[in-house]
Amino acid sequence: MKNDINRREFLKRAGGAAMIMGGVAAVTGCKDSSASTETATSMEEAMTYRTNPGNGDLVSILGYGCMRWPMIKDENGKDIIDQETTNRLVDYAIEHGVNYFDTSPVYLQGQSEQATGIALKRHPRESYFIATKLSNFSNASRENSMMMYRKSFENLQTDYIDYYLLHSISGMDAFKKRYLDNGMIDFLVEERKAGRIRNLGFSFHGGNEGWDELMALHEKYHWDFVQIQLNYVDWKHANAEYLQTELDKRGIPSIIMEPLLGGRLSKVPQHIADRLKERNPHGSVASWAFRFAGTPKGVLCVLSGMTYMEHLQDNLKTYSPLVPLDDEELSFLYETADLMKKYPTIPCNDCKYCMPCPYGIDIPAILLHYNKCVNAGEVAQSIEDENYRKARRAYLVSYDRAVPKLRQADRCIGCNTCVEHCPQRIKIPQELHKISRYIENLRREK
Amino acid sequence: MLRKIRIILASIFFVGVTLLFLDFTGTLHAWLGWMAKVQLLPAVLALNLVTVAVLLLITLLVGRVYCSVICPLGVMQDIISWIHGKTKKKNRFRFGYSPAKNWLRYPILVLFIIGLALGAHSIAILIAPYSAYGRIAANLLAPLYQFGNNFFAWIAERAGSYAFYSTEVWIKSVSSLVIAAVTFVVIGFLAWKHGRTWCNTVCPVGTVLGFVSRFSIFAPVIDTEKCRNCGLCGKQCKAACINMKEHEIDYSRCVACMDCIDTCKDGAIRFACRYGKGTPVKEREPKAAETKADQGRRAFITSAVIAGTAVAAKAQEMKVDGGLAEIERAEKPERQTPLVPAGAISLKHMADHCTGCQLCISVCPNQVLRPSTSLMTLMQPEMSYERGYCRPECTRCSDICPAGAIKPVTVEEKSSIQIGHAVVNLDNCVVNTDEVSCGNCARHCPAGAIRMVRKDPENPKSLMIPTVNEERCIGCGACENLCPARPFTAIHVEGHEIHKEI
Repeated sequence: MKNDINRREFLKRAGGAAMIMGGVAAVTGCKDSSASTETATSMEEAMTYRTNPGNGDLVSILGYGCMRWPMIKDENGKDIIDQETTNRLVDYAIEHGVNYFDTSPVYLQGQSEQATGIALKRHPRESYFIATKLSNFSNASRENSMMMYRKSFENLQTDYIDYYLLHSISGMDAFKKRYLDNGMIDFLVEERKAGRIRNLGFSFHGGNEGWDELMALHEKYHWDFVQIQLNYVDWKHANAEYLQTELDKRGIPSIIMEPLLGGRLSKVPQHIADRLKERNPHGSVASWAFRFAGTPKGVLCVLSGMTYMEHLQDNLKTYSPLVPLDDEELSFLYETADLMKKYPTIPCNDCKYCMPCPYGIDIPAILLHYNKCVNAGEVAQSIEDENYRKARRAYLVSYDRAVPKLRQADRCIGCNTCVEHCPQRIKIPQELHKISRYIENLRREK
Repeated sequence: MLRKIRIILASIFFVGVTLLFLDFTGTLHAWLGWMAKVQLLPAVLALNLVTVAVLLLITLLVGRVYCSVICPLGVMQDIISWIHGKTKKKNRFRFGYSPAKNWLRYPILVLFIIGLALGAHSIAILIAPYSAYGRIAANLLAPLYQFGNNFFAWIAERAGSYAFYSTEVWIKSVSSLVIAAVTFVVIGFLAWKHGRTWCNTVCPVGTVLGFVSRFSIFAPVIDTEKCRNCGLCGKQCKAACINMKEHEIDYSRCVACMDCIDTCKDGAIRFACRYGKGTPVKEREPKAAETKADQGRRAFITSAVIAGTAVAAKAQEMKVDGGLAEIERAEKPERQTPLVPAGAISLKHMADHCTGCQLCISVCPNQVLRPSTSLMTLMQPEMSYERGYCRPECTRCSDICPAGAIKPVTVEEKSSIQIGHAVVNLDNCVVNTDEVSCGNCARHCPAGAIRMVRKDPENPKSLMIPTVNEERCIGCGACENLCPARPFTAIHVEGHEIHKEI
């Protein structure tokens, strides 16, 4: 433990030094400070780093979201994390300057923390920051929450956690139920004092009212950071602008989640893609979203759940170094967001929090398939539509391919178990029933 | 020339009828459905008198071309026999004259008719030619075709094409599968060894047509002046009906395949008018000794078939899973009254008319129809809703049925034909077992027959439970199929003996 504190103090000092040298929030290509943290962050391609104003941590602007590690089937047909590929992704990420890894006890059917721990253990502990969460959704008792907290240390094979989050709260109600009444928040503040938690914050999904309630608690608990959903669609069409402004006011650094809206900002309708490509033929569609998320100065780190090496490489390219968007590019993206909003897609980000549905429905697969068809123009409004026959066949055939019959929308009984889990607050049963009605009409050729 | 025409026509019919059984997409049926409807026994059962008359007239005019061209089982035997003939030259000329086994074929015909009349359909239709072929195609060939299709669908999916979509391959009834397999083996064996023995001794349609073709106007005729008694015509005659010594042809067994005409090097056999200067035909009685073998064969067939029907095991189920919450398949409920499709009018009408060809089962896109395993209606279709339900927009079985067992209905008519009614078992309902709100049955009821009512009438916030308005229910099974309760659903459909309009 003593050793760790020394290392941590050293890090602090190194970070502070970087701050003095840079004097700005964005520090790029800080070879010197990285050299002190042993082998990691050789940074040949000059990843952009941001400094945590609270303790001087130098955090790579690209953070690894550990919610989407590649999966394979084990011999029993069960989905398990492909550890070998995960190790390779982690090695590559660290090698190219990524030093922030965000996981949770509930990700990937509960396997993420352990797999992330295994992959990270192969690197010096001080070369990266670990973020994990108290995800006590199903059982908020103190006993269960404690168990979850301790288990995270075990899974991640560490004795301190750099960034610890109250997982997905929307306001005072959730905070009270899951962290206040069971005394966990006081306990966690103590843990922070003891150094086992270096930064304490929360991840937020909710409206402005709940937000204000939680911001009011800053005085009492001192949020070291807050994780918010920010992207160029949510900036004006949801409350991302408000949240970021409020954080900036208080000098709280933000961690960005859903910069790509679960892929919805990379899998855009063709004419939107054309629009983005025309403006920047060499950049990927996704790169616009990542540049946007990294542009606000108060952003410490932008998370991306990179399943494939190609995604990782593309993001590394975007962020090594980050070229912030200028005003003209920003307004171009706001226009793009307006155009995208015209498509009646369902705001599902494939986080799978709603799963498993007790009645076996594959909720994200149904919603994503619907979105895909909306974006491809394969959702016919009426039988009079010019492309009705083609759209009908395309929808029905691809639906059966995307979702097994017994997991389709017509099996949703509307028990509402899923609704409270959805961070996007999608009224899942209503959406499923709507899709089911649409399909029924297609089948009946109405 | 005539032989070539026969082969071309036979190929068209054979491929057409086979495709009817294979094409699960339903696209070919509009074009080829008539090929099933011109089959003799279905036409008789459908009381399709025009078709029957035309077929009999054709037979009276030119002999049993029906057996050589239209009947798929006959063509199948020809193909098998021909393959054997191709193996060695000797095998092509493996036949010889044998007298007709009238003592066998007429009693079988009589028993067959009695069986149909008395309602012992399931036994009688075992030897009905078209439906026997139908069962072979539907039970043995269709799964192979579907596997092939699924392979193309797999490729299409990877190529981003919607040209093929995959279909569920499952054994709809083990007993039907066994019967089809036994039929194929027995008839295939007979055809391999003896050509058209089945058609001329067992097949009731063959016997009836033989009776007519005995008097046919046109037929192969031997010109004794040109004949050099080489005997080749008799040795290649798969119907074993050319008596070379006497220069006689048994026209009741000749299937008008025209093979003999092409075989005769001397042009001594012509297809010509038999009356006028031609020789009249003598009937010959079969000798007792020659029939021993056939008796044994017949006994073998019968016992094999009976053994086949005795093996009635449960259908195999396919596994579906994707690493999500496990899904349990619904168990098939015990229905007190069987369910038959709209258009079948009543259970009796279905039993009286169905030939058990299983064409309806092959075309059902919703996996609803499967062969019955009950002894009295064996191989005839019945409905169950574990895999799908009778979709309101589909009338395929009624469109295709060649025997009039399922009369044609329109989509509009179907929506008001009550084939059964739903019965709720609230003990199984998830509203009671899991204490969740559901209403999936009511949500998907196309007839608006299921109403959700308060479980506790006193409590306005009470959970809702389903009730069935039997008057409005048409028995489509959407509720049963989509009910989440397991292993038995909380709602199932009971059939009606007589369908009625609502």
